[in-house]
Amino acid sequence: MKVAYWPGCVSRGFTPELHGSMAAVAPLLDIELVELDRANCCGAGVIAEHNQELVDSLNARTFAMAQGVEGAIGMMNICSTCQGAQTECKERLDADEAYRDHVNGHLTPEGLAYKRSGAWWNKNFLWLLVEEIGLDALRERVVRPLEGLRVAPFYGCYIVRPTERLGYHEHPERDGYLEQVIEAIGATPVEYAGSHKCCGFPVITMNRETSLRQSGRHMADAIDAGADCVVTPCPLCHLNLDLQQPDAARYVERDLGMPVLHFPQMIGLALGIDPKTLGLNKHVVKTGAVQRKVAELTAA
Amino acid sequence: MSAYTLKIRRFDPETGDTARWQDFDVDLAPERSVLDGILQAKDREDASIWIRCSCRAAICGSCSVKINGKTGLACNTRISDAAADAKNGSIVVEPMGNMPVIKDLIVDMDAVHWKKVQRVIPWLLPEGDPPEREYIVPAESMIDITQSMACIQCGACVGACLSLEVDPDFIGPAALAKAYRFVGDPRDGATEDRLVDLAEDPHGLYDCTHCFACVEVCPKDVAPMNQIMRMRRQATSDYEIKDNNNGYGHEKAFVGLIEKYGTLHEAQLLPRSFGDGSLVKGQTDPKAVKQLVEALPTAIRGVKSGKVSPLKALIHHKLPDQKQVRRIFHEIESKDERLELNMYIVGEVGGSNPDLDETAPAMGETGDEG
Repeated sequence: MKVAYWPGCVSRGFTPELHGSMAAVAPLLDIELVELDRANCCGAGVIAEHNQELVDSLNARTFAMAQGVEGAIGMMNICSTCQGAQTECKERLDADEAYRDHVNGHLTPEGLAYKRSGAWWNKNFLWLLVEEIGLDALRERVVRPLEGLRVAPFYGCYIVRPTERLGYHEHPERDGYLEQVIEAIGATPVEYAGSHKCCGFPVITMNRETSLRQSGRHMADAIDAGADCVVTPCPLCHLNLDLQQPDAARYVERDLGMPVLHFPQMIGLALGIDPKTLGLNKHVVKTGAVQRKVAELTAA
Repeated sequence: MSAYTLKIRRFDPETGDTARWQDFDVDLAPERSVLDGILQAKDREDASIWIRCSCRAAICGSCSVKINGKTGLACNTRISDAAADAKNGSIVVEPMGNMPVIKDLIVDMDAVHWKKVQRVIPWLLPEGDPPEREYIVPAESMIDITQSMACIQCGACVGACLSLEVDPDFIGPAALAKAYRFVGDPRDGATEDRLVDLAEDPHGLYDCTHCFACVEVCPKDVAPMNQIMRMRRQATSDYEIKDNNNGYGHEKAFVGLIEKYGTLHEAQLLPRSFGDGSLVKGQTDPKAVKQLVEALPTAIRGVKSGKVSPLKALIHHKLPDQKQVRRIFHEIESKDERLELNMYIVGEVGGSNPDLDETAPAMGETGDEG
């Protein structure tokens, strides 16, 4: 399966282990990634705060490039925030023909245009895995079932709300996909209060206390629920949950130390890829305990 | 008629007991509401169940509760839908979050919601003497605020707000949507003062964490978060309010970096945020120094974990076609007015748009490959 692949900014910036793990996982699932290396930032909600026409034009440019990838069945991203920010623009572009034509006018010098089509989609790897590859096909490829590993899902706001915009009418189980995948690879999903809440990242530079109290509280809840690790399909969440976790611990006044995996890293472990290739050594909160548990599975 | 089980959270502060769960079996047609179910339980089994309600038609905004974890109007939630969402067969009904519980399903709206609404000066502050007759306002200039005017003050967004959960002082979605109702009103003469007030408040415009919870639960499509973002656009672009919360600087820095590089250069985002988008300007401000020092451990952790090399932090490559991105920026930013497509007015996707073909492959002839 060939997809136009938008990796986003953060996966090539502060979470390079995400970009690397996706590259390692894709061939094992027969996904051919055609990276949109000339596409621009999705705006992450911030450019939308600044100017809607601008963010819609920038994402229309990305969509047009993706639609131009010969043989691709759609566009894939690996970031909940990209998913939500881009879907917001797509919603506006799809809603009004005159507006779409106007926005496409900004792309004409390069011969690009976003074409509205009910058949074209942009899906996070999580959605693509469940909807296009399927959980049965995934189960068949699992060489190392992560039995006994207790994984707390963390979705990221942009991939769960608003449901109407994000296609939940057509795919009502999207807010349960992480749990479904965790089960499919043999691990145990952990239920806790924070799974669908906000990591706080959008206000980290504006209100550090609000931001880190959120991430700290979710990690504490995951610990209390007995999780071995958290998994997220959003690198921006990962920044607040992992990179900022030592600071978040101060805001919630307790020890944390909860490893946070990127979604493709977790899949990679189940597909038998070694932890180092997946970049599990590039985390702020050490993933040693998770790695040891996985190593024991291999030995057994 | 069908049988449903409601699991209602009971709490009576006068007894001194902690809250408890109580199951009630009700018998209703599937199209009836969760409120109908609660009222049947109250009527037939236990008259002491407390619930605030009146119109039963999603107009009065009285009966907001949490149903299976999701905040909404009990009268506007079909009992069969709630049963379909229910885990373990019982429809879980609890009071809304973020507000103190008075008794059972009734929360103290005065203590939180109404206090916050009062905070934003929810009345018109016209400039100059009033006209002899009525104010004349062109219809199109009011369109922008019809969405925030649709609010029925049910408090669902307040109960669901994820910023309020960690910062009870946050002005919150309902009050900020109400603020936009006056910020966007052409008759109001205090637009800039209102925006300065909300931007400078550490629990104001820039305390919203952009989580869409309010957008999701609002029964009237007010989309409070969208109104907050509208005010941010006006505060930064129209009035250039350089607030103490760094909202202005963060936006300028982020947008400026994308204009320059095409993708985000994260290492420069924070330092540029303190310089209104510039890397050097404003760094010596004592507040900037304090925050940059605070952020240092994070940067060091990033380098130590191997996520970021010092070189990568310094050098960020432009996109190969960055001049295209710059041209788009220039075309749009050089215009006098911002173009905004108001989805509340335009309507929903999939209307009578002739070029939507749901079945056609999107790209070439290989749409079904894979």
